[in-house]
Amino acid sequence: MSSGTILSGAEIIIKALRDQGVDTIFGYPGGAVLPIYDALFKQNQIKHILVRHEQAAVHAAEGYARSSGKVGVVLVTSGPGATNAVTGLVDALMDSIPIVCLTGQVPTHLIGNDAFQECDTTGITRPATKHNYLVKDVNNLARTVHEAFYVAKSGRPGPVVIDIPKDVQFADGVYRTPGESLPKSYRPQVKPDLNKVEEAVELLANAKKPIFYVGGGVINSGPVASQLLTQLVRMTGYPCTTTLMGLGAFPAHDQQWLGMLGMHGTYEANLAMHGCDLMVCVGARFDDRVTGKVSEFSPNSKKIHIDIDPSNINKNIRVDLPIVGDAAYVLEDMIRIWKARNKRADQAALKVWWDQINFWRARECLRYEKTDRVIKPQFALERLRAAIAGRDDVFISTEVGQHQMWAAQFLPFNKPNRWLTSGGLGTMGYGLPAAIGAQIANPGALCIDVAGEASIQMNIQEMSTALQYRLPVKVFILNNQWMGMVRQWQELLHGSRYSESYSEALPDFVKLADAFGGVGLRATKVSEVDDVIREMIETPRAVIVDMCVDSKENCFPMIPGGKAHNEMLLGPEDRVSEATPEEGMVLV
Amino acid sequence: MTTQDTIRRHTIAVLVDNEPGVLARVIGLFSGRGYNIESLTVAEVDSNESLSRINIVTSGTPMIIEQIKVQLDRLVPVHKVKDLTLEGPFIDREMALVKVAGTGEKRVEALRIADIFKARVVDATITSFVFEITGTGEDLDRFIDLMRQLGLVDVSRTGAVALSRGTAAF
Ligand SMILES: Cc1cc2nc3c(=O)[nH]c(=O)nc-3n(C[C@H](O)[C@H](O)[C@H](O)COP(=O)(O)OP(=O)(O)OC[C@H]3O[C@@H](n4cnc5c(N)ncnc54)[C@H](O)[C@@H]3O)c2cc1C
Ligand SMILES: Cc1ncc(C[n+]2csc(CCOP(=O)(O)OP(=O)(O)O)c2C)c(N)n1
Ligand SMILES: [Mg+2]
Repeated sequence: MSSGTILSGAEIIIKALRDQGVDTIFGYPGGAVLPIYDALFKQNQIKHILVRHEQAAVHAAEGYARSSGKVGVVLVTSGPGATNAVTGLVDALMDSIPIVCLTGQVPTHLIGNDAFQECDTTGITRPATKHNYLVKDVNNLARTVHEAFYVAKSGRPGPVVIDIPKDVQFADGVYRTPGESLPKSYRPQVKPDLNKVEEAVELLANAKKPIFYVGGGVINSGPVASQLLTQLVRMTGYPCTTTLMGLGAFPAHDQQWLGMLGMHGTYEANLAMHGCDLMVCVGARFDDRVTGKVSEFSPNSKKIHIDIDPSNINKNIRVDLPIVGDAAYVLEDMIRIWKARNKRADQAALKVWWDQINFWRARECLRYEKTDRVIKPQFALERLRAAIAGRDDVFISTEVGQHQMWAAQFLPFNKPNRWLTSGGLGTMGYGLPAAIGAQIANPGALCIDVAGEASIQMNIQEMSTALQYRLPVKVFILNNQWMGMVRQWQELLHGSRYSESYSEALPDFVKLADAFGGVGLRATKVSEVDDVIREMIETPRAVIVDMCVDSKENCFPMIPGGKAHNEMLLGPEDRVSEATPEEGMVLV
Repeated sequence: MTTQDTIRRHTIAVLVDNEPGVLARVIGLFSGRGYNIESLTVAEVDSNESLSRINIVTSGTPMIIEQIKVQLDRLVPVHKVKDLTLEGPFIDREMALVKVAGTGEKRVEALRIADIFKARVVDATITSFVFEITGTGEDLDRFIDLMRQLGLVDVSRTGAVALSRGTAAF
């Protein structure tokens, strides 16, 4: 079918999605999208995954997108369908995940009349998306869908909403191909200014105490960027730390990796950031969870910031050398110029720097109490780590809380796109639908949602989706019977007044798995952990593991709000120094 | 105070697609990120290409102004962003309608000052005038301040429109 063909709006949508290479969409039907569902029914190239809540449709699309590098596609109805999707959209916006979300709308002539299931979707989602559209003319529909894909995946990726009134879905209009449909104005810069790259290489070669600070942007850029980064880091011999979103951009088994940095990052990563003389930030955005107290953030370093989005440069932290461009292009140029100029690191200085770092490393900041008395959450994850060691096909998603931080600290991410977590918005309920999305994008892979008993209840209904599509996702609950992360803050900052943070009246998760038609497993003793993990992995169906862990454990290291990198708490014996100042208390 | 925390006023021109929602996007950006808008004007300037020009007067530290510009630039319907204050000499003009009520000496004085400011009378009754005045924002401020003492009852201002000096296009 060529450009110029006349089709109904609904058919145009399906055709445009096909032309964009879409094979899967996540959605939930309703009155305002019935024509699109009808068009879906009449074809078999695009698979529709019926979720159980529209928020989960977006998270599943995020999991699909992040684990595959493709754009995730969502289809929901007007009104409540669209409003339910909003949390997922903001989540994707914060974490730079490319999503195209189609929402139904009441017919054009009823817009503004408070019609049944009408809401101002473009108004509500304007600050929740990278861009959004209301298509009132069927002849603009194909162009808009193509443009939406372009916008979602170029520059800093993000979610795009297309709101489509029902009459437009019925109307006949002209089809346009992707090639005819680029936006007039939006052209992000991907190739860097070479003079700046030269300058960066110069700084890099002259540094005495350098560090690479790597973020999710390297993952956004695609697997090649991770390879190039790894090459550059190894060529220089410099240390490298990654953010929560950057896990997997550099292999975790590499000696040059210092672990994650930031609030719950390692001692060595944070002190190296604090003490470095050159920071090379690649695709990270100086989030407050990473910088801690801004005025004391890495006070003596020159900072290079490589980012595709100029608005993330000089936003929180002033940098000395901004380089706008796609991480892969910039890294490629850096490697080329480094080689061409025959650059070498200052080996003597580097040795001193590594000695210092290894001294910090020797603190073994992730150490925890080894005991037979109770299952420590860290222990459970270490056993999981051992069980998946050497496998290349493991995708880990998480909910939000202590378990998320422990997963980041204790599980190995050696390749990009295998770690799915809600970093920017911190959305409880993200993990299970994200694991479902990852499982659909990677059939046969092992997809595990490391969960907390509180978070998992926010989208537990998606077990039903997993069962419907025979997706063998694993929900690995570190059940500490508390909203552990909340309890930890209350303990450290609010005088142990545990206001509403106890997980009362929990369901029996084993029976719950059973009720959904999955398999439930439980471990209450240290001796049961390995068996349960093995059985979870071997079971070719959806599994919920109720890992009953120590209810008192806290997540360390921790930099309390408003503190600097060198004011880290390493364990329960450390107390927050001198009542946290008020500016620190107000931070989240 | 260093120049880094000096708050300065900037006039920024933005060329955008004239499409529904574009103004809401720009305003939402300012309110959502806590930037300040002193004035904002918008109108279509090219009907063939369907482009509108938005002139924004805002203030902030150099870091904030930089943020405002790059944030504006990443909006999809935005074609160009130009910081007139930074990029060289520019002209800005604003129009106001100013209503003054009074009789006797005050009325005469209002007329006399209007004359000095080259404000035109666009409506008159026995006890009131409406003046139309065009100038920079500061000119208008001064005029309105003087009128305050002479029976000012109402003001309506357009906000600034601005262009760079010389031959350069946007
Ligand atoms: C409970 C909790 C605790 C947390 N604790 C920590 C913590 O201890 N440490 C931590 O690091 N985070 C932590 N986070 C996450 C934190 O909130 C941020 O989400 C995270 O730090 C941001 O990661 P990032 O800087 O890599 O940026 P991302 O959000 O991944 O953004 C990517 C950046 O790269 C840029 N980019 C995108 N595409 C490209 C490209 N192609 N080329 C170049 N640049 C590109 C983007 O413009 C952006 O600046 C925590 C979150 C939660 C919920
Ligand atoms: C939707 C949502 N609501 C509230 C929060 C605030 N919050 C952050 S962590 C947390 C507790 C999570 O508890 P659980 O899932 O049991 O994880 P744990 O910290 O115990 O590992 C809460 C309530 C959030 N992040 N998301
Ligand atoms: Mg818990």
